[in-house]
Amino acid sequence: MAVGKEIRTQIASIKNTQKITSAMEMVAASKMKKAQNRMLASRPYSEKISKVIGHLAYAHSEFEHPYMKEAGDVKRVGIIIVSSDRGLCGGLNTNLFRSLLKQVTDYQAKGIEVDICTIGKKAISFFKNSGLNIKSVLMDLGDAPHFDDLLGTVKVMLDAYDAGEIQQLSVAYNRFQNTMTQVPTVMQLVPMVAGEVEDMDHHWDYIYEPDAEEALNALLVRYIEALVYQGLVENIACEQSSRMISMKSATDNAGDMVQDLELVYNKARQAAITQEISEIVSGASAV
Amino acid sequence: MSTIHVDVVSATESLYSGEANCVFAPGSTGELGIYPKHVALLSTLKPGEVRVETEKGVESIYVSGGIVEVQPDVVTIFSDTAIRAHDLDESKALEAKQRAEEAMANSDNGHDVGTTQAALAEAMAQLQMISKMRGKKL
Repeated sequence: MAVGKEIRTQIASIKNTQKITSAMEMVAASKMKKAQNRMLASRPYSEKISKVIGHLAYAHSEFEHPYMKEAGDVKRVGIIIVSSDRGLCGGLNTNLFRSLLKQVTDYQAKGIEVDICTIGKKAISFFKNSGLNIKSVLMDLGDAPHFDDLLGTVKVMLDAYDAGEIQQLSVAYNRFQNTMTQVPTVMQLVPMVAGEVEDMDHHWDYIYEPDAEEALNALLVRYIEALVYQGLVENIACEQSSRMISMKSATDNAGDMVQDLELVYNKARQAAITQEISEIVSGASAV
Repeated sequence: MSTIHVDVVSATESLYSGEANCVFAPGSTGELGIYPKHVALLSTLKPGEVRVETEKGVESIYVSGGIVEVQPDVVTIFSDTAIRAHDLDESKALEAKQRAEEAMANSDNGHDVGTTQAALAEAMAQLQMISKMRGKKL
């Protein structure tokens, strides 16, 4: 029967799309588990290193590292933007970029210029036409990024800080709250914001080996890298869970559409049959 | 006998966590032996072996460099997963910069997938419109 051929093709194509989205949902679900494990595995390092930094803030060191003291006038800030390499993960990247753009406009209103460093393909394709100065780019990290991959990118920004080109450095990423919620977060890296630590008011200091500058430098650089790495793995966990959810709702929506179209198709089919019968009947009565 | 809490962590995992009698670590200026009530110390590490001596025996962990922080009752060892060399880091930084320059240079001619797809969609819509109008006229 020739009735509703277009509708049938449409139903078939929606069903195909549904198969793809439900496959993507399942893939994302299994990847999400792994990404979450990776995120949890890297937590001890960043937690421990933050604790040490907290101790350090209370140690009465004679040497004050440039990362720990406030830079006077802020004229230029650096932002490391962590995004995903792939799309189809709901509003994850867009939400982050939108909240970032707002912040960037705030900065620009105050006459502060912004340098950015992008991690992930989505960030570079979004920001390359934004007119902001892009200092470094990192992409194609895959689902299991290695700590080494970050070193170059972070170094570019820290070098800029050391050279006095920027007076503040932050990292922007999606913080993983739970599978349903991802929070766009901008965190300041340098100058460091002293964290909460247990009370240690007696006067003490570390013994530094080989010397204060070198030991502190090694520690602080690792600290910053650890924070960026933590942001990166959290962002990947967010990406997978966000993709899982958006693909689930896409699959559900496709199901609804198929249902609606089938209803329309059946109505059209019935109408065609009714019409045919009435034609036959009226034809027979005319004879 | 008093013990000291030892954590050995790397960026990707926690390698050891527990109480120990003493710890040995390859400090950059010489081997460090750390017992409970050690004075606060912050040192960089050379590649080498970290030995944790516990009641049950000796745990041996290889580190490729890193940092050790000593508080009187806690020792935290941050192991590097990356092999660090100044030149290597430098070349990676250069690579990252280069990619940025390429991206900036490419932003003018707009040859990326997104814009091309948008342009294609627009052209397709125009073509459809034209063919529709032609169909009506004929």
